[in-house]
Amino acid sequence: MDKKELIYQLKQQIIKQLNLSGKTPEDIGDDDPLFVEGLGLDSIDALELIVLLQQEYNIKLKNAEEGQTIFRSITTMADYILEQQAGAAN
Amino acid sequence: MSLKQKDIYISGSVCIRNRTVRSGDKIVFKSDESADLFSSLYEKLDIDYPKFFKMDALCKLGTAAAHVLLKDFDKSAYQPQELGIVLSNKSGSIEADINYFESSKTFPSPSLFVYTLPNIVIGEISIRYGFKGENAFFISEQFDPEWIVFYVGNLVQHQGIKACICGWVDVENDEYDARFFLIEQGKDNGLNFTADNMRAVFSQE
Repeated sequence: MDKKELIYQLKQQIIKQLNLSGKTPEDIGDDDPLFVEGLGLDSIDALELIVLLQQEYNIKLKNAEEGQTIFRSITTMADYILEQQAGAAN
Repeated sequence: MSLKQKDIYISGSVCIRNRTVRSGDKIVFKSDESADLFSSLYEKLDIDYPKFFKMDALCKLGTAAAHVLLKDFDKSAYQPQELGIVLSNKSGSIEADINYFESSKTFPSPSLFVYTLPNIVIGEISIRYGFKGENAFFISEQFDPEWIVFYVGNLVQHQGIKACICGWVDVENDEYDARFFLIEQGKDNGLNFTADNMRAVFSQE
């Protein structure tokens, strides 16, 4: 899966997992902030994103503080997933 | 003899059951059998609160009932800490408990876990509508208006509450039952805050 496909899939998964009713993948910009002024996610949503990474991509966040960087936007999430998958493949 | 609280009046009531929303004796909305009840309520009642979709069924039901109940309520007449909420039900948060239990077999869901207490519905209503006074949630086999009148009356007389949402909100096996009352101190509309008057509103079907 290339980065573009991954980004679209992530948007679909986030909408479903976080019950963002009325939102479509097209409503979420690749680089939009996920928290506060962007999608307006909260701390419980952050925990759901950690679960999503584990459930869908078998990635366990080693350090919760990394979340601030990883969950900044859909692009940063996709970059992190691709990086982890590449690391696991090597 | 009916328990009665001096100078406290029922200024509004809302009932949501059998896919029908009533405000006082008027039907506000009736949902089709085929439609998703909460999506219909959100749209038709103009709730306009995206967080609604993240809530469990109990909180959605309570928020929808409060939304209708407070439509014409002049909140600016009170301080936030003078606004209380006292609710009750028989099923607690059983639906959220079951959903969380099921999720915990694979990946426990934080967003399901946060709804595994019945009084969370009070928190959601408080956040949405700015109620910051005393609150309580009681579990009883059936609606107990005498207890509600006693408890809420005590809050008004001794805890500085001047207006309060009170009543019943229950969800079990996809059956939804909300009966909310808005009571206010000193707003004499002829309908005293009594158990009999609450019961009479309850029986309007």
